[in-house]
Amino acid sequence: MKQANFRLPSNNTMPILHNNPQLNKNGELQHLLTIEGLKKAHIDHILDTASSFVGISDREVKKVPLMRGKSVFNLFFENSTRTRTTFEIASKRLSADVINLNIQASSTTKGESLLDTIDNLAAMHADMFVVRHAQSGAPYMIAQHLNRTRSDVHVVNAGDGRHAHPTQGLLDMYTIRHYKKDFTNLRVAIVGDILHSRVARSDIHALTTLGVPEVRAIGPHTLLPGGLDQMGVRTFTNMDEGLKDVDVIIMLRLQNERMSGALLPSAQEYFKSYGLTPERLALAKPDAIVMHPGPMNRGVEIDSAVADGSQAVILPQVTFGIAVRMAVMSILAGTHA
Amino acid sequence: MKLHIKNGRVIDPANGIDAVQDLFIVDGKIAAVGSAPQDFTADRSIDASGLVVAPGLVDLSARLREPGYEYKATLESELQAAMQGGVTSLVCPPDTDPVLDEPGLVEMLKHRARMLDQANVHPLGALTVGLKGQALTEMAELTEAGCIGFAQAEEPILDTTVLLRAMQYAKTFEYTVWLRPQDAHIGRGGVAHAGPLASRLGLSGVSVMSETIALHTIFELMRATGARVHLCRISSAAGLDLIRAAKKEGLNVTADVGVHHLHMTDADIGFFDSNARLTPPLRSQRDRDAIRAALTDGTVDAICSDHTPVDDDEKLLPFGEASPGATGLELLLALTLKWAHDQHTDADAALALAIGKITCNAARITGLPAGTLSVGAAADVVLFDPAARWMVDGRALASQGKHTPFLGYELAGQVRMTVVRGRVAYQR
Repeated sequence: MKQANFRLPSNNTMPILHNNPQLNKNGELQHLLTIEGLKKAHIDHILDTASSFVGISDREVKKVPLMRGKSVFNLFFENSTRTRTTFEIASKRLSADVINLNIQASSTTKGESLLDTIDNLAAMHADMFVVRHAQSGAPYMIAQHLNRTRSDVHVVNAGDGRHAHPTQGLLDMYTIRHYKKDFTNLRVAIVGDILHSRVARSDIHALTTLGVPEVRAIGPHTLLPGGLDQMGVRTFTNMDEGLKDVDVIIMLRLQNERMSGALLPSAQEYFKSYGLTPERLALAKPDAIVMHPGPMNRGVEIDSAVADGSQAVILPQVTFGIAVRMAVMSILAGTHA
Repeated sequence: MKLHIKNGRVIDPANGIDAVQDLFIVDGKIAAVGSAPQDFTADRSIDASGLVVAPGLVDLSARLREPGYEYKATLESELQAAMQGGVTSLVCPPDTDPVLDEPGLVEMLKHRARMLDQANVHPLGALTVGLKGQALTEMAELTEAGCIGFAQAEEPILDTTVLLRAMQYAKTFEYTVWLRPQDAHIGRGGVAHAGPLASRLGLSGVSVMSETIALHTIFELMRATGARVHLCRISSAAGLDLIRAAKKEGLNVTADVGVHHLHMTDADIGFFDSNARLTPPLRSQRDRDAIRAALTDGTVDAICSDHTPVDDDEKLLPFGEASPGATGLELLLALTLKWAHDQHTDADAALALAIGKITCNAARITGLPAGTLSVGAAADVVLFDPAARWMVDGRALASQGKHTPFLGYELAGQVRMTVVRGRVAYQR
């Protein structure tokens, strides 16, 4: 005598909407956390803005007043001199006030949580946080917290774990655009430790978004993460095959601690298989450019003859990096939540 | 005390009952189902019209965090959560601080739980001292103190010889060894399913191999020792295939899955949502679908809440630093019903199947006389409204753990009353 009116209700759960935390409700950039999910128009806008800033650094007075009176806090939970310095220079050229904080575990050892630190600094009327953190996703947590509490404060991801380094990705795109003009007929090879590289991930997302038809990743199986094909990347384990006819070569830094152990036997063997030598460079197109996010390990991933050669654009990358970071910061500062 | 629960739809999968019937409880035991026993005069009569009357739920994995982690949860808060979730018997893993490796600790925990007089608490003893994987615990003494089996919790044994010895020793006394299959090295330090999503987010991965390699080892040791093993919280399709084959081969093995893994996948990590940081990690959709199917075909015997309260300080951290775990006792019923609904077209049959996975099937694994409404059994009963919808809201949960990836979800199936040993312990 089952009762007919017992019915399991229809399945109608309501998942939390995963709003993209880096965009405001108008789809404008509120924070820059990753390149993944950005529209081509976002990237073009940043690159176009950057090109208007490139000339400023050559002027006698290297400043524009776009962020006068604004406070930029460089929050570096992980060591970095280079990236922090370029953000500092970019902030100063925009006339912002810059406060550098190296927080490497100092606050956390005193028992203060990451979000407590953020609340305190936000209470000092910060306008922008430039965040570097060893944990993938840490800037998301900060941005999501600010979206709830202080929606006028912006976050720029200056590198989080293995996840993203969007300003490096953007300056790489600026460099490629500067030398190659058109993205839609390029072959780009990224070489080295893709597994641990946030630069590689940001470059891949940027390149595929901008319409590069062939993005290659070259490295030994131990340094290639799974799922690259689903990011639109062709993988090569043979350096010579991977470099054939490419227009752009992006070399990645091999961290010292990964040069010998279970990932690689030795730096020497790595150089033998994956080091960029003039002979290997000759396999690429004759006008191929060579990029590197720095700092370089000469003789480990790149031969000095290549690093100092005519095809290397490694120093221009650094110069463009200032303009790109100025562009990102000034665009964010002009966005309202 | 005599209770008369009338007009409810009694579902007792252990006895194949699914019908609108009355239930009679006398002195803490089920006295009759259907018509009243002789000379029965109810002290209290409960109208269960529109409600399902089922055996109290049996949860195979609920961390109560006592002793040692009272800042995360206490026995009081978590046993109250059990009542609100309709869970009347629960198994707690030994990874407390100190570890449950001494009879005195187990007696203390059992005593504290008895004083609260709510859910029946059944601890698992540590398989090795301090869960260090070196020396065996006093399993016979621990069993006398109240342990119903032995486990390594989240600490895989590095030395396979020790695991072999532990299984030989457990077999001597016919104790069940509860293991979550995970390799000691592969996947160590990983925080998400090793797959395209982890690659994209730059999170270190836990490969499916971590589970399958451990399963191969466990099955080989079972063949050698004849020990009975219960496999906890299987996460992968490949793992389930191995278990299916092992059962077919005739190995004395059972398996459960955590309730989160019935519904969610690694994609639910979204933008680094630390509420979706679980152990084992949420895996791919293919794995999720295989788990759902394995419950239907019987490869997986039971569903557990994998209740793990975590406090804000340990959850509001970057994904990789956040403590794994989610609150679950109060979601077990609704999420199990949701699986039944999603997976099956015959809603009536699905309801009975689902209840079996969190009552008699689970009880059979523990060896306890629970999870049934048989005459003479302890009167642990849950009354729930299968159609009542509710929103998962951390503030409304009795558990001290407020974190779950289901926050904000609307679920169907709400407990109206929980009866423990014939006493109405919770009523909404």
